[in-house]
Parts: sequence; structure tokens; C-alpha cells
Amino acid sequence: MNTYLLEFYVVGLGVIMLLWEAFASPKNKSILSLIGAAGLTVILALLIIGRNCDDCIAAPTWLSRFYSNGGHSLFFKSFALVSTILVLLMSYDFRGILNKYTSNDNSDSNTGEFYTLPVFACAGLMWMASATHLVSIFVALELVTITFYVMVAFMRRNVGSLEAGVKYLILGALSTGFLVYGIAWIYGALGTTDLTKIATMDITSSYTLLFGLSLIIISLGFKVGAVPMQLWIPDVYQGAPNPITAFLSIASKAAGFGVAIVILQPFLASEAVSSNVAIILVIMAAATLLYGNLSALAQTNFKRLLAYSSIAHAGFLLLALAVSDFQTVKFYLATYLIMTFAGFFILNLIRVQDNSDEIDAFDGLSKRNPNLALALTVTMAAMAGVPLTAGFMGKLFVFQAIVGKLDWIVVIIAFVAAAAGFYYYFKIIRAIYWHKPTKEEALVIPYISRYVIIILTAAILVTGVYPKAIECLIGK
Amino acid sequence: MLTLALILIPLLAVTAILFSGSANARKIALVAAVLNIAASIGAIISECSGFSLNVLSNPNINLSLDLHYNGGISVVMLILSVIVTLAAVLSGSCPVGNEKLWYSSALLISAGAIGAFISTDLFFFFAFHELALIPTFLMIGILGRGDRKEIAWKITVYLAFGSIILLAGILMIANQLESFDMTKLKALEHHQNEIALLLIIGFGTLVSLFPFHSWAAPAYASAPAPVSMLHAGVLKKFGLYGLLVVGYKVVPDGLAHWLSLLLVLLLCNIIWVGLVTINQKRLDLMLGNSSVMHMGYIFLAVAALIDNGSSFATEAAVLLMFAHGISIAMSFSLADRIQSKTGSLELNQLGGLAKNAPNLAFLFGLVGMASIGLPGLANFAGEIMVFFSGFEGWDPADGLGALQITTIFAIWGVVISAVYMLRAFKNIFQGETVSRTDKVKPLSRKEKTPAILLGLILLIVGIYPNTILQFFN
Repeated sequence: MNTYLLEFYVVGLGVIMLLWEAFASPKNKSILSLIGAAGLTVILALLIIGRNCDDCIAAPTWLSRFYSNGGHSLFFKSFALVSTILVLLMSYDFRGILNKYTSNDNSDSNTGEFYTLPVFACAGLMWMASATHLVSIFVALELVTITFYVMVAFMRRNVGSLEAGVKYLILGALSTGFLVYGIAWIYGALGTTDLTKIATMDITSSYTLLFGLSLIIISLGFKVGAVPMQLWIPDVYQGAPNPITAFLSIASKAAGFGVAIVILQPFLASEAVSSNVAIILVIMAAATLLYGNLSALAQTNFKRLLAYSSIAHAGFLLLALAVSDFQTVKFYLATYLIMTFAGFFILNLIRVQDNSDEIDAFDGLSKRNPNLALALTVTMAAMAGVPLTAGFMGKLFVFQAIVGKLDWIVVIIAFVAAAAGFYYYFKIIRAIYWHKPTKEEALVIPYISRYVIIILTAAILVTGVYPKAIECLIGK
Repeated sequence: MLTLALILIPLLAVTAILFSGSANARKIALVAAVLNIAASIGAIISECSGFSLNVLSNPNINLSLDLHYNGGISVVMLILSVIVTLAAVLSGSCPVGNEKLWYSSALLISAGAIGAFISTDLFFFFAFHELALIPTFLMIGILGRGDRKEIAWKITVYLAFGSIILLAGILMIANQLESFDMTKLKALEHHQNEIALLLIIGFGTLVSLFPFHSWAAPAYASAPAPVSMLHAGVLKKFGLYGLLVVGYKVVPDGLAHWLSLLLVLLLCNIIWVGLVTINQKRLDLMLGNSSVMHMGYIFLAVAALIDNGSSFATEAAVLLMFAHGISIAMSFSLADRIQSKTGSLELNQLGGLAKNAPNLAFLFGLVGMASIGLPGLANFAGEIMVFFSGFEGWDPADGLGALQITTIFAIWGVVISAVYMLRAFKNIFQGETVSRTDKVKPLSRKEKTPAILLGLILLIVGIYPNTILQFFN
């Protein structure tokens, strides 16, 4: 069993789902999401089995020119698979809203593709994780981005979703332009687009190279939501269907960082340009931290709050990237996956039942469903970085990596940003416990969401005390 | 292993409370508190009660717990924590319907405090303390008195601010030592002054060092009785514990550099906040401010340790931390009884309570005397040692140094304490009964148990301070 085949299996799964939906016309289309999740779970199991045998990891020669399956790629692959599985499970519970905004009669006749597209995006994310060639990175990235264009705008009878789709399309196209242009300049400077070759090269600094690199960093900034390419995030996140927002903010962001690590690693390691690259990243990180955290303070919409919080998290990740601490980047992403998905699952429930994303909708949640309130409290505490939760570990390692290495102003900004986080995440906890509920009826949690939320909440606490659990996943 | 049990017992009890009915919450909490006392006796006696589990290999972080590594400080803090926890669970009257929140919060705060005092890893030392932040926030925000929402915000922002500055300091320490292991702390080679300042501000905010003290009094006044007892009595001591166990070991020269600043600030704690305390019109605010004020004495012991390396300043500080923890917990427990019996804590609305509730008056008088520093009660033993440590090794030929002058001024704090405590006692308990107090009944057995427990300890330690001091070696 060779791990390089997994992407093909994923695509195959997607094609089968698409054909089945078209020709067998199932009565209940949301069942597709469960099929997809089940299929991807099998593939994830194959990946975990294959990870421990060296023969399975090796790629054949025809592929190895632009593809490799190191520990780095396997981590991001499992990351992509886990997040896609969770997105599909979330889509299942989101079907009510989706039906409402895709057809006139609340039927699910137009929703089939919605459950299939994430699978294709997942294949793109997996290829992206393994790509070692700028061109293959670009192709994989486009597969993901184009799928996302469709998914973001999927609720076509909802103005917000359409607006989000247009914004994402325009800015996404712009960033693609930056990327291609940057690749061209790098090719001009170094004569190759093969990153494994670049890694062994003796890189000399030149304006051509630096210009190309800045273009690429800008375009990666779009993917991960870093200043100055963060403007799309709040609107697109707010407008897109909930599962897709979660997908964007977790899988897409993680893939962005995965690619950033692969592309920037040789340059961060070379003496000639590392300081230039690092300084760009540090400035971006500081600006991102300030922008994300300060804007989040004033939000009244939970989904928008999560959007700004995702910008803020990107800032911390960029800091770790700037000091070349890739282990911390991955660790942070793993904790980020757990707590952000927990947040989105809970938001999804509220959205489906009360049709609202506002923080007001969480008022008095402790009266309507105390267990859910507890889970959301743990999640928000983790996002804020309260110790003994997963979120704290990530922040701690970032701080540990940067203290003493970066300028003290940047360190102070990071600490201030972390402190500001307490304010806006605790605002949610305040709404849950202190405010009177606007609706009296109890919140009913569908089965899937219930178990996922329980597992994620437990994972937040377990990794907060025993982070080795994640270390086992990443490798050392 | 027993040290692990000390943390697991309250945490498991919290889980049990969350998943069982409200009716059992109090029972479970009581059982957990008593079990924890038993477990701590075992852990103190046993030589091999330590526990260690590697939770992350790079950076190397261990969940390692030990009582005996710092010469007895942890042992005393643990005793303080478990006793106050039991008293806190017994105190206060939980509003119907909130039992789960009430008792699980008390146990969570206790677990956090115990964890912080027995961890030998800087990471968990910090993390356990933070664990207590959320239950405190929720309890004040949901069940507090007065302007509870504002106050809950204020305490959270202040403590988070202090913690994050502290975290910066701890990370700088860990980076230089390349280890989180607290048993291997040694004086740092670089940046001592900067780190010392971070620690003074970080730990200082958590202990309500002037000028970062303004969160404390309103929070204690507003919080339900168990929270103010646990926070003022136990959790707040974390900052001082940290200065003694971490700060003094890693940045002795840095702390010496800032000594004059520390002396000024601690004197402000004693004199300035003392005067503020005299001015209070409500008992709960008065007690809150008095607790801020008394932190000044303990800082004085820390300053003596920094200045002259006094041989018994650590003992003095820890003994006073213990005595103050017990006495402030007892005060808040009794204040809560006064509030629930009379419906008010305004000093000018009360009077003559001693006539109808003599046992309440006696117990309050006892703790009042203790907090003034009357000989025979625990606080006196601590305070006198603190004052002596200020003059240890002092040669009259040198004239008075900054430390000695500060000590002399600090002694005036005793007079200030006497003024506000005696006046409060007179206003509440003496004179003619007023409408609020003329139908009050004495404390029932259930109501007086926690106060008697704490009062006995004040007496025992006061008469024979070696009950506590024997743990130092």
C-alpha cells in the first residue's frame, strides 16, 4: 500500500460520489456527506498504517520529481483529511439551512455537489502538502481555491453568500496572480522551480529573488489571512456556509502554512536572504496580531469574531514561522484545528436552530443547554489561551520560540495580543452565563454534532495537560 | 503518587458534581475536601510522595509534583490550602439551583492552588494557578453581590494582565536555564534586572501589590464566601510563594536592584491602603482592603530576605502567609454570616449584634484580634518574625538603612489595623440593637463549624508556632 496513491483514492471517492448523486439520484442527498466522511476515514486509516512503514512512503520516480512524502507532508495530509471529515459531518447537520438557500421549496435537490466538493478540495490539500515543486504547488493550490470559489457562494439565494463568493473570487484571483508572478521571478533569479534543488543551492541575494519572494509571501498571506491580505476574511467568513467557513479557516489556512514552510524553508536557511525573509514575516506577523486582535474586540457577530480570531492566530503562526520553528507551527495548527472546529460546530448548532450568528444568540445558553455551555466555555478558554487547555500550549511554544530571538517590541505586541484575546473570548463566556436567554426553548443537539463536540472538548483538555498526544501525531 | 491524588481528588469530584444531581454536590465536595486533608497528611509524612510524568519531550515539560524540594514552603502552603478548602466548602449559603457551579468552582480553585504549590515544573506551576481564573470569573459574575459584572471583568483583566507579564518572565527564565525544572533553578547570568522587574509586576499584581491592588477589595467584597475565602486566603499567596521559590533563586541580584522600589510599594500597601481601609464604610470592603494591606508585611519579609539574606525571613513570610490565609478566610466566612443574618454589611446600619449572637461576636472578635496581631494568635508570631527579620544582622553603628526605616514605618500598620478592626467590632457588635439586628439568632452548629475550625488553628499556631515552623529544615 503506497501512500502516494491516497490522493487518487480521494479523487476517486469524489468522482464516485458525484456520479452516484447524478445517476442514482438518492432521496436524501445529505447522506452523501456521511458517505464522504466514511470514505475519508478509511483513507485516513490507510495513511496512519502507511506512515509507519518506510517502503510505503517512497514515491515512484515519475512522481518524485515534484512530490515527496516526508513527515511534514504526512502531517498536513492527515490534517487535511481530519478537517475534511469534520467539515462533511458538520455539513450534514447544516443541511436545513443549505436547503433553504438553494431551492425555492426547501428541498435538497440542488445540494448534492455541496457534499462532494470538499472531497476534491481535500485531494488538492493533500497534493499541496506533498508538492516540492513550485509548479505542482501552484496546480494543487488552484484545485483547492477553485473548489472553494464554488463552495463559498453555494447558498445562491443568500445575498451574503453571493457577496462572499464574489469577494473571494476577486481577491483569490489577485493572489493567484501574485503567486504566478512571484514564481516567474524566482525562476528568473535561480533558474529552477524545483524546491529540492533550491534547497541545495548556494543562494545569493539579489533584488530579483527578493522581489519574487515578496510576491510569493504576499500571496501566501492571502491564503493564511495575514495583513495586508486579510481584508477578505471577515466578509467571506461571515457570508460563506458554516462548514465552508470552518474549512477555509482551518484546512485552507493550515495548507497555506504547510506550503509556506516548504517554500520558505530553503530561503530561511540560507544566510544570504534569511534575514530579509524573516523581517518581512515578522512585520507581517506583528501587523496581523494587532489587526486581528484589536478588530475582534468590537465584534458582535460570533462568526465574524471567529474570523478575526483566525487572523489573530495567523499572527502567532507567522511569528513561529519567522523564527523557523516549524515544529511549533505544526503544533499550533493542530491545537487550532481542535478548538476552532469545536467553536464552529457549536456555532453551527445555534445557527441551525435559531438562525443567527450573533453573540446575542448565545445569551443564556447555560440555561438552555448547560452541557453545551460548558463545552463552549472550554473552547473559548482554549482560544484565549487559558493554561491547561490546548490553546495555551500553542501560544506558550510560540512565546518560547520568540522570546530572546525577536526584537522586544514584537514580543510585547505578541503578549498584548494574547491579553486582548482574553477580552473578546470571555465576552462569549459572559453572554453564556450572565445574560438572560432571549429564547426559552431548550437546545436540542443532533447526534453527530453531540459526539463530535464531546470528542473535541475532551481533546482540548487532554492535549492541554498531555500535549504528547499531538506530538505522537506530528512526529518529533 | 500521593501528590497526584491531591490534584486528582478535587478534579474528579468536580466531574462527579457536574454529572450528578445538584442535591449531592455539597456532599461530594465535602468528601473531597476531607479526603484531600487525609491525602495531604499522607503526602507530607511519606518520603516518596513525588510524582512525575513527561508530557512533552521538546521542550521538555513534566507534570512533576513534589512537596519537599523547597525546604518546607510547599508543605505549609498545602496545609493552608486543604484547611481553607474544607472551611470554604462548609461556608456560605449556596443559592438554590446553583449548587453545581458553587461547589465545583470552590474545588477547582482549590485544585488550581494546590497544583501551583506542589508543582516542580515552571509550566505547571504557572498553569495550575491560571486554572482558578475561570471559576473565579464565573462565580463573581453569576453569583456575586453588587456590581458583579463590572467587578468580574476587572478581576479577570487584572489577573490576566499580571499572569501574562509573569509568563514573559517565566519564559525568559526557562530560556536561559533551558529547562522548566524548578528543582534546578539557579541564579541567571543575563538580564537579571529585566526579569526581576517582570516578576515583581507579574507576581505583584497577583498578590495585589500597590499600585496593582485595586482589583482585590471589590472582588472579595462581591464574591460569594467560598471564593473570597479561597482567593484571599490561599490563591493570592501564589505570587509571594513564587517570589520566594522562583524569584529569589533565579534573580537575587535583579531583585536587589529593585529593592528600593519594592520597599516603597510595600510601604504604600501598609500605610496607604491601611488608611483607605480605615475609611471603608462596609465590612466586606474593609476586610478586602485589610487583606491587601497585610500583603505589605509579607512583602517586607521578602524584602528582608533580598536585602540581608535573613536566615528566618522565609520562615517569617511563610508563617505570616499561613496565618493571614487562615484569618482572612475566617473573616470572610463570618462576614458572610453577618450579611445573611442581618441583610447588610454597612457598618452604620448595624449594632448590638453581640446581644443576640454572642458566639458570632466572640468568633469575630477572635479573628479581629488575630488580624491586628495580638500575641497568642498566629498572625502575631508571623508579624513579629517579619519585623525581626528586618533588623537581622543590622549594626547600629551603620545607622538606619532603607529596610530598617521601612520596617519601623510598617510597624505603624499594626496601629492602623487596630483602629479599623476595633471600630468595626464596636459598630457591629456593641451598643444597642438596631432594627436589623434585634431578631438575629446565634450561629447554629452548622454555621459556626468552619469558623471554629479556623479559629482553633489560629490559636494553636499562635501559642505554639512550631506546629508550622517544624516543617522547615
